[in-house]
Amino acid sequence: MAELPEHLQKRAAEARAKATGVPAAAPASAAAAPAVAAGGPGRDLDAESSRYGVPKSLLERAMYARARKDGVAVPVLVGAGVASGQAPAAAPAAGAATPAASGPPPGVRTQRLLTVVKAGAIQGTTKEPADKVNVWPHLLAIEFVALLAMLAFLTLLSAFVDAPLLEFANFNEQPNPSKAPWYFLGLQELLAYFDPMVAGILIPTFGMIALAVVPYVDRNPSTRPTDRKLAITIFTVFFVGAAVLTIFGSFFRGPGFNFTFPWRDGIFFDDLLTILE
Amino acid sequence: MADGNGRTSLKEAVSGLGDHLRGSQVWTSIFRPGSPMRADGGDSPRNRAYVVMNNVLYHLHPVKVKRHGVKLSYTLCLGGLSFFLFILLTITGIFLMFYYRPTSPQAYFDIQALATDVAFGQLVRNMHRWGAHVMVLTVFLHMSRVFYHGAYKPPREFNWVVGIILLVLTLLLSFTGYLLPWDQLALWAVTVGTNMGGYAPVFGGQVSFALIGGVQITADTLLRWYTLHVLFLPFIITIFMAVHFWRVRKDGGISGPL
Repeated sequence: MAELPEHLQKRAAEARAKATGVPAAAPASAAAAPAVAAGGPGRDLDAESSRYGVPKSLLERAMYARARKDGVAVPVLVGAGVASGQAPAAAPAAGAATPAASGPPPGVRTQRLLTVVKAGAIQGTTKEPADKVNVWPHLLAIEFVALLAMLAFLTLLSAFVDAPLLEFANFNEQPNPSKAPWYFLGLQELLAYFDPMVAGILIPTFGMIALAVVPYVDRNPSTRPTDRKLAITIFTVFFVGAAVLTIFGSFFRGPGFNFTFPWRDGIFFDDLLTILE
Repeated sequence: MADGNGRTSLKEAVSGLGDHLRGSQVWTSIFRPGSPMRADGGDSPRNRAYVVMNNVLYHLHPVKVKRHGVKLSYTLCLGGLSFFLFILLTITGIFLMFYYRPTSPQAYFDIQALATDVAFGQLVRNMHRWGAHVMVLTVFLHMSRVFYHGAYKPPREFNWVVGIILLVLTLLLSFTGYLLPWDQLALWAVTVGTNMGGYAPVFGGQVSFALIGGVQITADTLLRWYTLHVLFLPFIITIFMAVHFWRVRKDGGISGPL
């Protein structure tokens, strides 16, 4: 059981004393007055039984059980029920810290203090003060400006540069070089070095899986860059590698997908065809 | 009364009409309490909260965000711009659908006709194409930004996975759209791209066959990729985007400052 604060114990003792009609005894004086403990107010089990409608045998059993549990003497029985009133031998009356813990007088309800729940345990929702701003207007204004800027950029670009459109699709005439869309040119560049199975399937598949499991592999809880040197290094290598391969495949590959210098032989990159010309 | 002859001036009449309109039942039923569009929508902390809370916007944004989160230098708006580009591509894409038939050779001539016969046709097609390229970039950069901020760490692990799925779907959307002009660039770029699929172990042949609807790219591929491009993939990506945005809010909003 939880440790009871002293003031609560004291209050409980007072309440119990008030209920039983016996003045609260200090723990020190309790040992000095065993007579009170042993005596206490007498009980008439017959009268109680008829008043509460509880069989006398149960009242008797409860009385002994309570006495044994609280470590006090069995109250003196009065009236006709004394027949079975043999004194329990094991009642260590002298050690009792409380005055006679007999049942309360008739009609008095008592309450027992079961436990004390510290306030912090239930209401401990310490919310850290965060520096926050309203979404409207602060964030929405920024988002709207970003949206307008992107829209303006795309509109201007589209007004001046047309999307490429070459001749009608011809199955019998493969352009040289044939390049994939630019975001796959890193992979096409890898095709120049590895088996198609490796460059076209294994590397992209495992690359995507590796990216997806990043949060489950990186167990480092910190988000500070100084604590994440390894993670940042690996990702940067991946990022720069992808960028270099893509740029290389886009600008440094000419006819036959052979190496070329864009400033010497021209650019073979149809995605940006209309922008570059 | 301003002109002093007992008649209301035009200015007063107009402003009175405006007040009347803004107080009308129709108007107040459209704009919920707190909206700046309402007569009672003045600027107050309470109304600033209501603007978000009493709005469909509440599905995307909380009432308040951490101050560092609204700094442009933190997110560079990359996620938001990716979403905006998706909206823009949807709008321009629907426009293009009115004039496009996914059959050979009509597809090519329809694209040509956009430049000559359709008002703003070329402009919208240009925006659709450049916007798609930019979206691939912003999605990739958004992922990189999230990585460098460590924003995939608990409790945001799964949202990172959803983000990777969105990246793949973005690439697929772009790639399926690449074939649709049905010109030499489209045909051979897609040929190079799909040839790689044929090298997949065990199921390589089947993957390739299902992907292009045959053993080589034909007009059937055009129809197949058109359906993927305008219906199937947008449907899937919309679902994942909904989950992505919802998880951003449920996982505690924007990640903390470094």
